[in-house]
Amino acid sequence: MIDGVIAIYIFMLAAFTGYEVISRVPVILHTPLMSGSNFVHGIVLVGAMFALFEATTTLGRVVGFIGVVLAAGNAVGGYVVTERMLEMFKSSGQKKATGGQH
Amino acid sequence: MSFINPAAAKWIIDAAYILVAFLFITGLKRMSSPVTARGGILWAGLGMLLATLVTFLAPATSAGGFEHVGTNFALVIAGIAVGGVLAWVSGKRVAMTDMPQMIALYNGMGGGAAAAIAAGELYRGTSHGLAVGALAVLGGLIGAVSFSGSGIAFGKLQGLIKRSLRFGGQQVLNLLFLVGAIVLGSLIATGAAADAPVVSAFFVLALVLGVTMTLPIGGADMPVVISLYNALTGLAVAFEGFVLNNAAMIIAGTVVGSAGTLLTQLMAKAMNRSLGNVLFSGFGDTASAAGGPVTGSMKPIDANDAGVMMAFAQKMIIVPGYGMAVGQAQHKVWELAQLLQNRGVTVRFAIHPVAGRMPGHMNVLLAEAGVPYDLIADLEEINAEFETTDVALIIGANDVVNPVARNDKSSPIYGMPILNADKAKNVVVIKRGQGQGFSGIENALFYLDNTRMLYGDAQGAVNQLIHSVKAIG
Repeated sequence: MIDGVIAIYIFMLAAFTGYEVISRVPVILHTPLMSGSNFVHGIVLVGAMFALFEATTTLGRVVGFIGVVLAAGNAVGGYVVTERMLEMFKSSGQKKATGGQH
Repeated sequence: MSFINPAAAKWIIDAAYILVAFLFITGLKRMSSPVTARGGILWAGLGMLLATLVTFLAPATSAGGFEHVGTNFALVIAGIAVGGVLAWVSGKRVAMTDMPQMIALYNGMGGGAAAAIAAGELYRGTSHGLAVGALAVLGGLIGAVSFSGSGIAFGKLQGLIKRSLRFGGQQVLNLLFLVGAIVLGSLIATGAAADAPVVSAFFVLALVLGVTMTLPIGGADMPVVISLYNALTGLAVAFEGFVLNNAAMIIAGTVVGSAGTLLTQLMAKAMNRSLGNVLFSGFGDTASAAGGPVTGSMKPIDANDAGVMMAFAQKMIIVPGYGMAVGQAQHKVWELAQLLQNRGVTVRFAIHPVAGRMPGHMNVLLAEAGVPYDLIADLEEINAEFETTDVALIIGANDVVNPVARNDKSSPIYGMPILNADKAKNVVVIKRGQGQGFSGIENALFYLDNTRMLYGDAQGAVNQLIHSVKAIG
């Protein structure tokens, strides 16, 4: 176990980081950013993997398997939709470079 | 025995997780600027890939090595394949207009996974100590609420759940569910009663709470709710990270929890409502249409006249709303804007923070159509410009341009910042019919002397405008 006080430090610093990282985000990026942060908590996949690796009972395996399926869905789905949304963010400058208006 | 000794495996995993945390935070940072946003998701994606791959070393960290996990190893691979392929296919296929509910769905899955981790720990019934037990229970509760709540949000936006279920004493019932879940959770965390039936009852209560909490919330408030559940899932992941002693989960979950909370606040603020108001007032799609009576009549215009008006304007501002998304009109809207630009009209797009079903929803659709983001302005940026604008074209937006929010204290949306489209010299409103908007509030803008109504679905109406402008030559 990560030492209790250290754990609270990590929690606090990570919370500040999250707040600071997006505090000046323009409205235009709110949806992609929500989608992007939705992808990032797909990291729950590693926890679900640990849980399933260590499962010893049938119930544990079933619950663990459900966890891995759901977490993989969160991670992969989150990535795909975020990537699709951000793919469309091009400035007018970039557009002209790639063939101009149609 | 393993091909790698336990200490080395643990060291590799720990070192990789530090890199993962760095990649995630850098990715999010890059995603918060339009210039670097596209690269940001690649950084975060790389972090996820690294985290997943290195976690396959996990069995090697215990003395038994890969042998002792046996078939579990295959189950993990199968689980990732099943969940990953389903999500990949659905994510690739979904239309841009349906993005909000997909985010809700994937977010719910994350919450469900956190709850499943908690369930695994709690069913095993080994004593954790109070702190870890409490975190497992809390993460499980939040994760389960996020799972079923996001499911309901998905159902509502997808049109599977048409009505908002409300009845007297609903909030009391929700409170009872919450208190019940907390009582059971405390029994489990303290070890006073941690048998399987108690754990099951706890999770059932949490799932039911997510459903009953979300059902009464109106569709207009779904963006805030989805954002809230996103933040909650992050928090649940962080709590389960403490339980599993997993630094990557703690850091990534907490970062998302706080970033998501900030996003939720920004959204609620844009609607001039507190979060409590969104969650507990039941307003959002049936608001009792309060507010003073609106006088005057709606004056229709046909597409030819409207097209001429726009073709000879100097400055035009387009205000898109959910109607544009429903009509899939974004490509036509951009075609119209380009036609007008070629005639020398200055065209800009004004986006209200909560236009559509998610903040930035309209930006995403316009970006899909190819509108450069420097033509798109948000509320503070553009509101002063309406007074010098010849034509404001409202496409399927309603409450976000309703002037009663500025001047009618009795209106439920009084005080909400709006786009001052009513100050333009001419206003053209594309609207499907004469009915009220999403919130059920009468829109005073439609009755103004300088407003003309162009009836039709967004795509059809804009198409007619394009023909009309082209005909002028």
